[in-house]
Amino acid sequence: MNKTLLFFTVLVIATCGLIYELIAGALASYLLGDSITQFSTVIGSYLFAMGIGSWLSRFIERGVPQRFVEIELGVALVGGLCAPMLFLTFALTDIFRVALYGSVLVIGTLVGLEIPLLLRILKDELKFKDLVSQVLTFDYLGALAASISFPLLFVPKLGLVRTSLLFGLLNALVGLWSTWLLAPVLAHPLRLRVKAVALSLFLVVGLVLGDRLTNFSEEHLYADDVVHATSSPYQRIVLTRGKRGFSLYLNGNLQFSSLDEYRYHEALVHPALVRAGKVERVLVLGGGDGLAAREILKYPEVKNVTLVDLDPAMTGLATRYDELAELNAHAMADPRMHVINTDAMEYLREKPETWDVIVVDFPDPNNFSLGKLYTTGFYKLLKRRLGPEGVAVIQSTSPMFARRSFWCIDTTLKAAGFWTQPYHALVPSFGEWGYVLVAHEPAPPRRPMPEGLRFLTEDTHEGLFQFPMDMSPLPAEVNRLNNQVLVHYYEEEWRRWN
Amino acid sequence: MELTRRELVAAFLGSAVAASGCRRMRPREPVPGAIVDRAVDVGHKLRGGALPRAAEAQTVDVLVVGGGVAGLSAAWRLAAAGVKDVRVLELDSEPGGTSRSGRNEVSAYPWGAHYLPAPLVDSGPVMRLLREMGAVSGVDAQGYPDYAEELLIHEPEERIFYKGDWYEGLYLRAGASPAELAELERFEARMNAFAAARDAKGRKAFAVPTALSSDDAEWTALDKVTMARWMEAEGFRSPRLRWLVDYACRDDYGTTAEGVSAWAGIWYFAARQDGKGERSEGFLSWPEGNGHLVKHLLSSLAPGQVERNVLVHSVEPVEGGCRVDALEAATGRPRAYRARQVVLACPRFVAAHVVAPWREKRPEWLGAFQYGPWVVANLTLSDKPASHGFPLAWDNVFYESRSLGYVVATHQGLRMDERGPTVFTWYLPMAGLDVKAEREKVLSAGYSEWEGLVMADMLAAHQDIAPLTRRLEVMRWGHAMVRPTPGFLWGPARFAAQESLGDSLHFAHSDLGGMALFEEANWFGVKAAEKALKGLGRADPSWL
Ligand SMILES: Cc1cc2nc3c(=O)[nH]c(=O)nc-3n(C[C@H](O)[C@H](O)[C@H](O)COP(=O)(O)OP(=O)(O)OC[C@H]3O[C@@H](n4cnc5c(N)ncnc54)[C@H](O)[C@@H]3O)c2cc1C
Repeated sequence: MNKTLLFFTVLVIATCGLIYELIAGALASYLLGDSITQFSTVIGSYLFAMGIGSWLSRFIERGVPQRFVEIELGVALVGGLCAPMLFLTFALTDIFRVALYGSVLVIGTLVGLEIPLLLRILKDELKFKDLVSQVLTFDYLGALAASISFPLLFVPKLGLVRTSLLFGLLNALVGLWSTWLLAPVLAHPLRLRVKAVALSLFLVVGLVLGDRLTNFSEEHLYADDVVHATSSPYQRIVLTRGKRGFSLYLNGNLQFSSLDEYRYHEALVHPALVRAGKVERVLVLGGGDGLAAREILKYPEVKNVTLVDLDPAMTGLATRYDELAELNAHAMADPRMHVINTDAMEYLREKPETWDVIVVDFPDPNNFSLGKLYTTGFYKLLKRRLGPEGVAVIQSTSPMFARRSFWCIDTTLKAAGFWTQPYHALVPSFGEWGYVLVAHEPAPPRRPMPEGLRFLTEDTHEGLFQFPMDMSPLPAEVNRLNNQVLVHYYEEEWRRWN
Repeated sequence: MELTRRELVAAFLGSAVAASGCRRMRPREPVPGAIVDRAVDVGHKLRGGALPRAAEAQTVDVLVVGGGVAGLSAAWRLAAAGVKDVRVLELDSEPGGTSRSGRNEVSAYPWGAHYLPAPLVDSGPVMRLLREMGAVSGVDAQGYPDYAEELLIHEPEERIFYKGDWYEGLYLRAGASPAELAELERFEARMNAFAAARDAKGRKAFAVPTALSSDDAEWTALDKVTMARWMEAEGFRSPRLRWLVDYACRDDYGTTAEGVSAWAGIWYFAARQDGKGERSEGFLSWPEGNGHLVKHLLSSLAPGQVERNVLVHSVEPVEGGCRVDALEAATGRPRAYRARQVVLACPRFVAAHVVAPWREKRPEWLGAFQYGPWVVANLTLSDKPASHGFPLAWDNVFYESRSLGYVVATHQGLRMDERGPTVFTWYLPMAGLDVKAEREKVLSAGYSEWEGLVMADMLAAHQDIAPLTRRLEVMRWGHAMVRPTPGFLWGPARFAAQESLGDSLHFAHSDLGGMALFEEANWFGVKAAEKALKGLGRADPSWL
């Protein structure tokens, strides 16, 4: 047997093995967000599955070389197809997590079988110490090659789908050349060779069609056509167009749908603006899509709208991407607009100015980092920046799906010293959605709503403040920086609906 | 003796880290960095024989020797009393001592002390300092101080790593049997009772600072046995609970339950609670740790009042005050002072060489003061590493390592910081009972060894951390913390060491409290300053 070639084989299969692990981790964090959790759990399960594979290897008694080649082909098939397959399951079914961990376990188990079997094939060729040393050296070198080339070369150049197919093909080729390499000890080299060739051809076809596959999968993910997709250091931003109109997703979560976003944004902005003493200076925290700003700019008295959003990729898109700019009525280009890309809490801390109205439109508090923006710590700061007759409004998740979370936000705002008035509106894309209006003193409406609204009128908007029984107040603790109860409530409540 | 990397890791951090930190370790580039301590053993320099003396002596009303928390607290007290002619002499290039901090492009970070337990009651000098800083807004209906929310540790506060997963809290609940949990409950009930205990005079049995604790034998008898002995005698034997208690002792005193008295061990759990079921609010912390408190103390002084890089080598009581001799650390040039009052705010092992009468006759109590070494490393990361289980917290502890794990410097920031660069401060108390041997061990390892140790410890919990680590800096503290060994806290030595020499030489330092803590350093600093005020003939109501 040609040992150099065999060690080269080890190198290639080690590289492939790690690449699949990285693909699964990257895919999971890309589709589910929260990369830390996704990478950790994927790596953990993968290693665990490799352990299973190693353990299982003892049960393979006879025909070890034959099994080895078959396992190569198995890895080639499952590993090669893992990225396209996972994209499709995410898009078309509800069992993405099952598919993800299922394929991680299968690939991991197969990969875990490879090295033990190979060691056994080679055990008579080499002294034990050389065998272990050399095989493991190449194993780790392969891992190094994979971990460096994956982020630097393959993902940027090929994308996940084609990387997965390419390495599947490599695995299949390893299977193929092993049929020659191991020919002396193989029972049916020819049969295996045919399978390997067929599999390689299949993967080559996949590779050629890879581009279309990627589009197809991401399109399915979003139900509609993906018209724009970018990744910023903070999030994955995807715009789609389809039956429901034009939609924005951040990390796979729907932010708005052009069909009914006016309901969300009119309800977010106008109750606050009609109650404020003045509306000359308005601050928007979050809301990088410019849609809240569009509503604010409908008041001729408004002189300055300052929008603070962490992600320049988002505000850039809202400014320059035609369809989005049309939807926000070119709010971002309005001379009264000032866009600042920075952290909202730091901005409030460092800028001592006060505002007539503050619109707080952050993502829901689904982790401790976002949860900070819903604490008394944050709200006390907000209160200091709100002018004497100022009014602020806070997007407060759904009082229907996350009832205690909603009332926890209200309780926390009260604990920060605000007068509060909670309300809600129905936004079909989201369901029942909640907001809390706050001020230093009770603030009745003082000015008419602007022209050109599609959802609110003077009379109907009072109805938003009525809560039906199933959304009525629940007792909740105050959410503090040093005791973030809201994140716990939120996680528990949304889990029931998902 | 040449150790393999694995043996080295086992020797410093224990065999569990050696096994897991080295197992799946792929070949990696060493992280660039350096040892940043000067590892000058002050004692050595001072023991080295006669040092030059300046002919001309500058005169000053009060001279404070040592710019650590104790010395700066003394200067702060004097400033509040309106004494202007005060000078602080500090050996290092930066004041702060073991509460010093650093800063880089990512964050400020501690080099030693990193938190202050939020005081329970609204009195005493620490509370005064916190009020000055705006850290307390008032008191609530029950009389508990109201702290500025952003200074209390943000959630998530602590987590613990065990066999591949992170869990919330410091007690390893995962996998604990009902019997173990029952033991924990029994332990907590005991500690609550100690926290609630008061003597006939109404003094808390275990108070902060120790000086306010009851001296009744009912409790001080606990000072005679080790904490480990007491646990054994009380039937507290579950490994998880013993781990927790050991952790507490390592965290506060730098040694295990074998090395501290039961009084000290219990103090950790009982002093910062009042036992009424109301827990204290937890800890106050800043990105730079207690370096923030140091900054505030410094802000009470004029810039010229703190003289850096000055090594004081002799203090001699003379008619009408003290003569103080020092060397400029950089040039070796001598300096002399005539001070009406001196506050000597350096540890006993230094004072023994500095105080002239003590050089003549070594004080008997000196041997009772033992100081254990620590190693602190700051890792600057380009992004947070991944972790399984409970998310990144302020304090991240490894169950199976002898290190205490790491604290996240950016945690107390208000930014949305799920991702992005940060600084981790890693702590290793050298807990062995033979402090001298431990000190030699610490100094025997150079940068590449420490790099290997810190990274092995980190890699056991974070496989992806090596490429994220941009820089690693290591500080070896030879005499980091005084140890409350059995018999020390309530024995005669500590009290003898607190006595002033004549009317002009007063002593301060956390070691006089027997525990290396901010509250002790501050208490003794203020106390010495008030003695100096008296020596100057000033009447000023006491803060103590
Ligand atoms: C790693 C570590 C972690 C810690 N963590 C905490 C914590 O979280 N919370 C807490 O409360 N405490 C902690 N501590 C304890 C900390 O020591 C105290 O809080 C406090 O800083 C002690 O101050 P000090 O003034 O008593 O002593 P030191 O810090 O020892 O100050 C003495 C000063 O005197 C100077 N000096 C000494 N000799 C001379 C001389 N001859 N001439 C001139 N100057 C001299 C020194 O350079 C030093 O600046 C920690 C300590 C360490 C080492």
